[in-house]
Amino acid sequence: MSAVAAPAPAPARPGAGRTPKSRLLPPIAWWVVCVCLAILFLYPLYVLVTQSIKSPAEAAQTPPTLFPHSFSLQNFKDLGTDQGGLSLVKSIWNSLYISVLATVLTVVVSTLAGYAFARLPFRGSRIIFFVTLITFMVPFQAIITPLFLTLKSLGLQNNLTGLALVIATFNLPFGIFVMRNSFSSVPATLEEAALIDGASTFMAFRRIMLPLALPGVVSTGLLTFFAAWNEFFASLILITDQTKYTLPVSLGILSAGQNNAVNWGLLEAGVLVTVLPCVVIYLVLQKYYVAGLLSGAVK
Amino acid sequence: MTIPPLTAAPPAVPSGAGRRGAARRPSSLQRRRGRLGAVLVLPAVVLLGVFFVWPLIRTVVMSLQEYPLLGKPTFTGFSNYSDAFHDQDFLSAIKFTLIYTVVTTPVLLAVGLLLASLVRRNTRGARVFQTIFFLPVVIGLASASYLWLFLWQSDIGPVTDLLDKAGLLDSSNNLFAHPGPAFLIVLGTVTWKVAGLQMLLLLSGMQSIPVEVNEAAMVDGSSRRQLFRYITLPLLRPTLALVLVFSVAGSLLAFDQFYIMTGGGPGNSTVTGVYQIYRVSFVQFHLGYGAALSILLMIGLGIVSCVQMLLLRNVDNA
Repeated sequence: MSAVAAPAPAPARPGAGRTPKSRLLPPIAWWVVCVCLAILFLYPLYVLVTQSIKSPAEAAQTPPTLFPHSFSLQNFKDLGTDQGGLSLVKSIWNSLYISVLATVLTVVVSTLAGYAFARLPFRGSRIIFFVTLITFMVPFQAIITPLFLTLKSLGLQNNLTGLALVIATFNLPFGIFVMRNSFSSVPATLEEAALIDGASTFMAFRRIMLPLALPGVVSTGLLTFFAAWNEFFASLILITDQTKYTLPVSLGILSAGQNNAVNWGLLEAGVLVTVLPCVVIYLVLQKYYVAGLLSGAVK
Repeated sequence: MTIPPLTAAPPAVPSGAGRRGAARRPSSLQRRRGRLGAVLVLPAVVLLGVFFVWPLIRTVVMSLQEYPLLGKPTFTGFSNYSDAFHDQDFLSAIKFTLIYTVVTTPVLLAVGLLLASLVRRNTRGARVFQTIFFLPVVIGLASASYLWLFLWQSDIGPVTDLLDKAGLLDSSNNLFAHPGPAFLIVLGTVTWKVAGLQMLLLLSGMQSIPVEVNEAAMVDGSSRRQLFRYITLPLLRPTLALVLVFSVAGSLLAFDQFYIMTGGGPGNSTVTGVYQIYRVSFVQFHLGYGAALSILLMIGLGIVSCVQMLLLRNVDNA
């Protein structure tokens, strides 16, 4: 904590600013510090991009080149070729499949449940809501073995749909929480007015409640998609067949190397494929992502 | 981006409108709506029941059994648990996890606080830096690990090469073969990946401090440092508690980064608790024993989280 007080050697005079704009540093020093940190934070991403677009020969070169001398999409093309029985393009589709399915499931199920918890109370609904929140506390890593056996007894072992169901379930508590709060924050009078005007509960939900709770839906969807797309532990354990591997798990095979040699250009191209959608979606829908993260965090 | 002060207990979440509706005398319409509510909650209950509650119960039962992958499980009482306390592999994994947590937590918090106090201003530049510092958060931990694995490779790794040119180390040296450097690289990876999240949470905590409080202190002539020490930090306590609980839980459950970057090595020196459970259950196939270790991990995590919450909340009231 004192680490932060330390870089503030020059406390601003009280008159310097009426509102706390945190003039901890003089402007130039602030820019220097921030730019240096930004370089530090962006450098790994710069390496990621340049390493993937180097020609395979240059990507394997030691010492590495800081600026690529060659430009080539060969590494990305190689993602499509067979890597010792492993097809990375197939892995990308597998990842996409579980991510989309888990996201749709989580969004639909938590929207319905969140609406019910906020607006359609029934006997025991508060208890069920409370139990849902407890799931937040239990790490799913701890119950992965019985999950594996449960999927097996459901005939879903080594199955991408089974994996998507598991991932959806573990994002449900967050989704239900966010959706319940979204629906609760819509004034009750709005819905009542619609009901008095003769709208059915479904119509009031569809036309009044859902549009107003849409930011919550988007946040839930985004966070679930990110979680599923980046999921490693569950995918590693619940999927044992190489053709069904998701991308993060497949990349592990690449990083282990074949004949003790790792194709770093190819590996980083694969990493770029997993990173790029997240970065683009985040930059475009930043508002919803951050809002969802914060509302989920303040549980 | 303003968030209210931390409200951890679910009932404390403001839900004024919904409660008011429920308090009225139940009409037939409300009973009908209640039935509909039960139907709408059903899918969630089924999913959580099948993929959460049932496996959880099963974990407890399995932990009392000798449970081979093939063949019948046999009931063995608490022997799995008593074995765990004599299992050197498990104990050293727990020890390593605790060390990792104790080292990582303050580093993450310090960097998070530094970033938050830097970008805590309402200018376009500050918002751009916020976005940059937060960028690694959206990247998966696995992807970040593959990336940093490459950065620090011997010979071919760009960072090792830079440090070699700067005369700081010999790039032909495999850093992952030494426990200390391997640990530091993982620490760097996690800091890069997570600090932005802490920054965001702390920032929103700072923004929920009323401007009037700061102004009053400044009118009274307090310095920047005093402001931070006596106003910001105490009012930030709920957010700090939240950030700490998150980061400690995350560290205690660490797996991806070690599985990918060190493989638990060199010589089992970086095997974490979850990693050891993975090995016992899915490499050695002692499923019952793995379940017992999971229960112990869950209990430990629960205790640590509760203690943290109690400590960080009660100082206020004292």
